[in-house]
Amino acid sequence: MILTLLLVVPIIGAVSLIFLPRENKQLINWFAFAFTLVNFAISLPLYFLYDSTPVSEGYRFALKVAWIPSLNIYYHIGIDGLSLFLILLTTFLSAISVLSSWSAIDEQVKEYMALMLLLETAVIGVFISLDLFLFYLFWEASLIPMALLIGRWGGKDRIYASIKFIIYTMAGSALMLVAALVVYTWGDGVNPTSDLPTLVAHSHLISEDMQKLLFFAFILAFSVKVPLFPLHTWLPAAHVQAPTAGSIILAGVLLKLGTYSMMRFAIPLFPKAVAFWSPLLVTLAVIGILYGALVALVQDDVKKLVAYSSVAHMGFVVLGIFVMDQNGTMSQQAMSAAVLQMVNHGLSTGMLFFLVGVLYERRHTRDFSQYGGIWVKVPVFGTFFILAAFSSVGLPGLNGFVGEFLILMGTFSRNPIAALFATFGIVLAAWYILTAVRKILFGPLNPANNDLTDMTPREIGISLAFIIPCFVIGFFPNFLFEIINPSTENLASLIDTAMLIVSK
Amino acid sequence: MIGNWQSVIDKQRMTNLIWLVIALPLAGALFNGIFGRRVGYQVVAKVAPTMVFLAFLIGLGGAFETYARHGKAQLVTLWTWAEIGELNIPISFLVDPLSMTMVLVITGVGFLIHIYATDYMVHHHHGETHPDRDFARFFTFLNLFIASMLVLVLGDNYLMMFIGWELVGACSYLLIGFWHDRGDDPQPAIEIEGGEAVQVAPLLSPAASGMKAFVVNRIGDVGFALGVFLIWTTFGTLQFDQLFSRIASSAEMYRESALHGEFTVISMIALLLFIGAMGKSAQIPLYVWLPDAMAGPTPVSALIHAATMVTAGIYMIVRSNIIYTSAPNVSFLVAMVGALTAFFAATIALVQVDLKRVLAYSTVSQLGYMFMAVGVGAYTAGMFHLVTHAFFKACLFLGAGSVMHALGDVIDIRRMGGLRKKMPHTAMTFYLGGLALAGFPLTAGFFSKDEILAKTFEYSPMLWGIGIVTAGMTAFYTFRAIFLAFEGEPRDQELYDHAHENRLAVTAPLWILAVLAIFGGLLGLPAPLLHGVGIDIPHAMENWLHPVIQQVGHHEVHHLPFITELALFLISGFLGVASIGLAYYFYIVDRSIPQNLARSTHPIFALLVNKYYIDELYNTVFVKPALTLSNTMSRGIDQTLIDGIVDGSAYGIAELGKYLSQLQNGFISRYALATFIGVLFLVGYFFLGGQFPNWIY
Repeated sequence: MILTLLLVVPIIGAVSLIFLPRENKQLINWFAFAFTLVNFAISLPLYFLYDSTPVSEGYRFALKVAWIPSLNIYYHIGIDGLSLFLILLTTFLSAISVLSSWSAIDEQVKEYMALMLLLETAVIGVFISLDLFLFYLFWEASLIPMALLIGRWGGKDRIYASIKFIIYTMAGSALMLVAALVVYTWGDGVNPTSDLPTLVAHSHLISEDMQKLLFFAFILAFSVKVPLFPLHTWLPAAHVQAPTAGSIILAGVLLKLGTYSMMRFAIPLFPKAVAFWSPLLVTLAVIGILYGALVALVQDDVKKLVAYSSVAHMGFVVLGIFVMDQNGTMSQQAMSAAVLQMVNHGLSTGMLFFLVGVLYERRHTRDFSQYGGIWVKVPVFGTFFILAAFSSVGLPGLNGFVGEFLILMGTFSRNPIAALFATFGIVLAAWYILTAVRKILFGPLNPANNDLTDMTPREIGISLAFIIPCFVIGFFPNFLFEIINPSTENLASLIDTAMLIVSK
Repeated sequence: MIGNWQSVIDKQRMTNLIWLVIALPLAGALFNGIFGRRVGYQVVAKVAPTMVFLAFLIGLGGAFETYARHGKAQLVTLWTWAEIGELNIPISFLVDPLSMTMVLVITGVGFLIHIYATDYMVHHHHGETHPDRDFARFFTFLNLFIASMLVLVLGDNYLMMFIGWELVGACSYLLIGFWHDRGDDPQPAIEIEGGEAVQVAPLLSPAASGMKAFVVNRIGDVGFALGVFLIWTTFGTLQFDQLFSRIASSAEMYRESALHGEFTVISMIALLLFIGAMGKSAQIPLYVWLPDAMAGPTPVSALIHAATMVTAGIYMIVRSNIIYTSAPNVSFLVAMVGALTAFFAATIALVQVDLKRVLAYSTVSQLGYMFMAVGVGAYTAGMFHLVTHAFFKACLFLGAGSVMHALGDVIDIRRMGGLRKKMPHTAMTFYLGGLALAGFPLTAGFFSKDEILAKTFEYSPMLWGIGIVTAGMTAFYTFRAIFLAFEGEPRDQELYDHAHENRLAVTAPLWILAVLAIFGGLLGLPAPLLHGVGIDIPHAMENWLHPVIQQVGHHEVHHLPFITELALFLISGFLGVASIGLAYYFYIVDRSIPQNLARSTHPIFALLVNKYYIDELYNTVFVKPALTLSNTMSRGIDQTLIDGIVDGSAYGIAELGKYLSQLQNGFISRYALATFIGVLFLVGYFFLGGQFPNWIY
């Protein structure tokens, strides 16, 4: 019930916006924020009521209603340790990004806010779907509001970025659609069905070779979303053009649709194929970590730097998900940490994009050379920027460290070579993020910033909302691991079982 | 009465409260960070040192209780940090002689430096006081550093050590770059009478220096992290007690294999952890950040870049002593790197004209000594030198800061001279600290250095040779700096006239540290030597740390013959005195000698002044290629190759689309509709008779 509510509330909000007077922007702002806030409040009990004791049926708050009975398509929703925190992250970031748009968006506020709300529904839909058909619907639906947000409220090259975003993702999804239809048709071996638990329970019936093919089709779609090297070039373009809130949601949750779906769909549906594709995915992930960091190092545009840092950070997540030893044994530590790292990246990168937006609203430029030495002018902003940078660079005490360190440790236990290369990513990360800090905050004051004003109470509030969870996760990650672990354990054992079958 | 004491000790109150040692400075940092600007600098100046002092008191209590339970280690566990599968990492603290030694040094010296800084960070002008613009921020970072450093030394597993390890690096970054809006600082060339002047590279800006420190340290951290991963993968635990007892059970075996030329997993762990130590403790090849770290305020140099943080590598090795004892091959490498660093840095210190940089290279050099000590297995000697070095080097840095404060931030010794008359307390304490650094007989530095040299001689006379030559250079460059700064005629009359002795908040810590620098040797009197002349005074440090150092096998403890001990003792004592005499002759009696020497050995002199051009080398070999690679990737691969393919295929499709332009009107909803229709067709195909070919199944 709670989950359905999470889907419906933003839609109600979006529809009700239609009836508000267009001129009253403040009312629209408040109205949209109220709905996202309510949705955030609704999502909180998911954590507090979550039953983390292991039981046979893995999904909590589940609801299964026949949707198209003749086709065995269900409205089946539910969550587990993989999705819980991503849902919280989504409701949280939605509220934040709506709030952060108050001062940034001035045209067609109504449409903008409606799209933000619809986007929230679509993303939550992906995270709670336990039916392949339902999932695909939300997956594609999430694309449209974001493309429109970039295309309408974006920067100078917004149309190019928007089209690029669509074509990349659509191209990726096309194969997945075909593969999904194959899986659906196969069903439980007798009847076609799109119910995920049923499909997973019968996945052993599909031959290994077939699984390899289908896995590839799914993973291609997901990898574009992540984005995994070399499928990432849509991301810098999209980020640079997107409005601040768009970037927050894009980096914060849309990218996680990819990695989440890898764990929710690709691995459980095709466990026999994981060992085959793992070396390639691990290699690309490690390349992404180093490549993203190196490219981030030489960007002139702050947003591009953060975008490339996302390529590196998401590389860590993919690495954590897919690393395995020669016998095909996964690392549960790396997997749990990868789930956590999705949340971490959402917080730290979301915060960085928000802070870049704060500067952009004041100076209308993201060029490093336009800044320099502004910490004296904006001490509060500077402090938050440094904290966000520390979170992003994986400094202990903050969230990023937990995920990165445990992913690397888990990786090392399975594939030391991959861990060796990936660990060098932390040097490059320090280099590019501190370069950004230095170019913006330090040095003699660039006179162009003489009139720069420090953050408003609203902006300080948003920054605190970002940074406090970062510290909480940094100090007490086990509150999250307690819930994440059973799900990753399931995944690991699924693969173990599949490996047994394969080796026979 | 004694019964009462016993019951107090039995309760282990302070031990169980040990987390407060960290929490108090952390609370101070939070308070000053959030309210510091509003409450005014006087409040900040009281809160920050008070927190460190309270931590010091608790540390004293903990140390006392540790002593009372004969050095037995005690665990204080707070909460579970992470538990995934077989991995379980608690947040827990280890109270034992080693951690308590570090806690007392950190909070004790730290407290003195906090007090000093309350005045150092204030400028006095004609009776008016102007606190630094970011006074509160300074003490926020300083308190945060103390808390982080305490996490490093109190943590009872390698993860917590790594957490502290990274956090002190971050604090160091923030504090080096404290005056973040300052630019690079050009330096005048060094003039040589009758010779060609030697150009001096500009000093890196504080912001750039901080960043350099962080990034170079992270290179070391990669090694450290990989070491931690390897520990976990091999032994399944990161907890000290579990891990060390597991290693101890087969330490003999590891040791034997390593001695037979095998590179065991323990050797690998030792090597990886040592790479971390090279970064944090500024050893070859990762020492390059430390001299530039002098861009930070001087109390920072004293606290972080001399007394505490840079010794983390020594602490790590002493803590992991069983690992290093089981890996004699890596231990030898540690000793070699230490010896070479000690020598190499000392040669650079001979010719530097920046008082703080002389001290910085001296720190690199003295850390090299400590590594030499722990490398040859003299863990106690290494810790002993760590403690005495904290006293005398903090004293010297604070003295240099006192001079800077008096001269309006001038730190170039070419502009000093004769300052002793103006600043008697600073001069006196600087002399005392200098004597300890120079290893003048019976000072603290003399005993600790002598012990290292004696232990090294036992291990390898060759290493001892490097050590003793370095000791001579150390005494020389120390007193070169002292004589140039405090004696002779003022070389910049205007500055000289301006100079004045500092206030009590500055001179009191100087005196306390100076006294410790002289008498700190009592912590480790040379027991074998004294025994030889019929006096039985134990080596306090050795007894205290004994429970921490694990013995591998039952090797005969064979001391050097008394006569050798005595000879070494006399040689190093004599050398210290002689080198001071030489410096006196060079810089007081006949100042033309160093000038002539610089002229006749011009290339070598220029090489030393320019620090062997190592920074330039690293820039050419590492930094620039990395940036070139980055640019190539960004332009070549991302924008040209990948996007070329993507945009190319998009263009191709667009061309195709022109044929279908009736269907295409630019609205995304149409695309969505088209997709949807396509899906329907596909679905329909499969259900209305369409079937997959058989090979699919």
